[in-house]
Amino acid sequence: MSDQHLEIRNLHVAPIADPEREILQGIDLVVGKGEVHAIMGPNGSGKTTLAYALMGHPAYVVTEGRVLWKGMDILGLSPDKRARLGMFLAFQYPTAIPGLSVASFLRTALNARRQGLEKNPDVDPTDPTRGGVAMGEFRRLMRAKMALLRMDEAFATRYVNEGFSGGEKKRLEMLQMAVLEPEIAILDETDSGLDIDALRIVAEGVNAMLNPELGVLLITHYQRLLNYIKPDRVHVLARGRIITSGGRDLALELEETGYAPVLRAAGFEADELDDALDAPLPQPAEAR
Amino acid sequence: MTATRGEIVSQEYKYGFHDEVAYLAETKRGLTRATVEEISAIKEEPEWMLQFRLRAYEHFLRRSMPTWVPESVQRIDFDRIVYYRKPSEREEKSWDDVPDQIKQTFEKLGIPEAERKFLAGVGAQYDSEVVYHSVREELAKIGVVFMGMDQGLREYPDLVRKYFATVVPPEDNKFAALNSAVWSGGSFVYVPKGVEVPLPLQAYFRINGENTGQFERTLILADEGSKVHYIEGCTAPIYTTDALHAAVVEVIALPGAQIRYTTIQNWSRDVFNLVTKRAHAHARSTVEWVDANTGSRATVKYPAIYLRGEGATAEVISVAFAGHGQHQDTGAKAVHLAPNTRSRIVSKSVSKDGGRGTYRGTLKVAPGATGVVASVRCDALLLDEASRSDTYPYIDVQEDDTTMTHEATVGKVSADQIFYLMSRGLTENEATNLVVQGFLEVFTKELPMEYAIEFNRLVKLEMEGSLG
Repeated sequence: MSDQHLEIRNLHVAPIADPEREILQGIDLVVGKGEVHAIMGPNGSGKTTLAYALMGHPAYVVTEGRVLWKGMDILGLSPDKRARLGMFLAFQYPTAIPGLSVASFLRTALNARRQGLEKNPDVDPTDPTRGGVAMGEFRRLMRAKMALLRMDEAFATRYVNEGFSGGEKKRLEMLQMAVLEPEIAILDETDSGLDIDALRIVAEGVNAMLNPELGVLLITHYQRLLNYIKPDRVHVLARGRIITSGGRDLALELEETGYAPVLRAAGFEADELDDALDAPLPQPAEAR
Repeated sequence: MTATRGEIVSQEYKYGFHDEVAYLAETKRGLTRATVEEISAIKEEPEWMLQFRLRAYEHFLRRSMPTWVPESVQRIDFDRIVYYRKPSEREEKSWDDVPDQIKQTFEKLGIPEAERKFLAGVGAQYDSEVVYHSVREELAKIGVVFMGMDQGLREYPDLVRKYFATVVPPEDNKFAALNSAVWSGGSFVYVPKGVEVPLPLQAYFRINGENTGQFERTLILADEGSKVHYIEGCTAPIYTTDALHAAVVEVIALPGAQIRYTTIQNWSRDVFNLVTKRAHAHARSTVEWVDANTGSRATVKYPAIYLRGEGATAEVISVAFAGHGQHQDTGAKAVHLAPNTRSRIVSKSVSKDGGRGTYRGTLKVAPGATGVVASVRCDALLLDEASRSDTYPYIDVQEDDTTMTHEATVGKVSADQIFYLMSRGLTENEATNLVVQGFLEVFTKELPMEYAIEFNRLVKLEMEGSLG
């Protein structure tokens, strides 16, 4: 057993449709309890693949390596089991579920989460009359969490992500995280699509959720989110590998110089650099 | 992603039990002129009704089977059906007087409990006859009538004779002719002028005997400015041979009246369900069909509204779930005969394991019906490659001054949706259920809460049953 929360060891991941083409080529990363790790990197570096692989997305296959959660190998578990163990992924592009209200979605998910890995046969999370959290208790909880994220209560009756603006989608992701109280949260580009006010609200919400039991993996292209959420460690992902790690200073340095110097230092050739930097450079932090 | 499949427990149709009942009367298998006369004689009906039945019977013989109905319907062997089974002597007003065995059946179905909790009145039909009906005393006092159709014919002969078969004549279609010839049971509802019935009235239809044909006939008459919500539910035991349910429902909303008719049917999979439902909406009235079709082997049903008076409003929300071996041929009709009338049709079908959903709809605007606003939306959700959905919208607009929209979509549950929901702790099966529940929410949200929960449960059983 390890009191290390999440251990990623030599993780190789490929699309299931093309298992020869590894997107992640040996990731090593340990996120301890109460730690915030930022993963930065240019577009196409494999950030979202890492998030999906950790959560068990069926379109990806782990070709090598291990992922341990509290010492337990989770790679054989379906996404729902990982979630019930306390893992959470905030999606970069959350999916709409027409006709499913935010409130009933949250309650269903909470009921599932509270069952833990071994499902309770007396609880059917999709049936409000069959066990699970009582309606009154749930409503109080939901209202409190919505207040934390400064969300209007009318939000609860809307359909999940249907017709939501980019900012609303991200806030709903954060609301789910607040309600489900995971032990490890992977936030995939949670800052993208947010204007500066929304970014501040979301970041404050995340900060309020931070606690000694929670490990956070913050995936971001830009450093501006890190002005609000202070990471303990910053890792730069490129071409499916972590090419350098450091403290918060590394993020500030990247903001000044862009990714090119760290890529060059990691031995990337000039033509590879062009590929890796196809995407825009980290933008200046207008937030400071 | 398939890891969760093993957790699914196959659940049987839970209303599949049947009772061994000694019927007080029963016609011989098959349908002849003598069968019709016998039914009428048992009921001691007035002569006009016997003549009506015989006219319908003749038409049934002459009328050919429609060519567009599901193939299994075209092959129904009408000679195998028992057309009349009488389980008890009379319609009781107290559950204590209903024969024990029958009472127990309805208790298993939760009817008396629902009646105590949230209904204004209940009718219960068992095979051919209504065995129980009751309406809250305070409503009866102000003239609200809710009883079996046979009793209605005895107690309100003039009202029945005036309106009976005016909305659906026997010549309308082959199954309406069949029903008119051998009808028995069903509800008769009359709501007096200006009276609003605050809670729903519910009728429950149960087929018990093997090869039974159930032919209830319902007439709902809402007088000027009145308001009523009528709910029907249906179940049947599982036999391996066919049962037949061919109902006719006539709804009349007089000027300014509001009628909502909600159906949640859950027939076992050996029932052919061939129902003609039609409403006349007079000036400024509102008629709503809220219609769910789960279960049955094949369903043929297109609730219709004829908008006959200026300013009338029609709404049909129809959902269908077709699993393995099932064909739900459903839809809606709105016929605009008067100016400034509005209609909205929403149809949703879910098909699974080779099930087949067909939408068949008609939207008609007659010449002179100016200022009509009409919309039709039909969405199909296919849960696998083997399932099928077809849409046959028939649109006939003969008035230029019409605002009309028509939308149709066919979709699948996306892998993204399933992964998203699974990442929140739901099994693959639960995730699919939630997507389907959401797809049908436009219907569910119209139901009283108890029914919404029950309906979601029903859908879940359909989803699981076919996986097990």
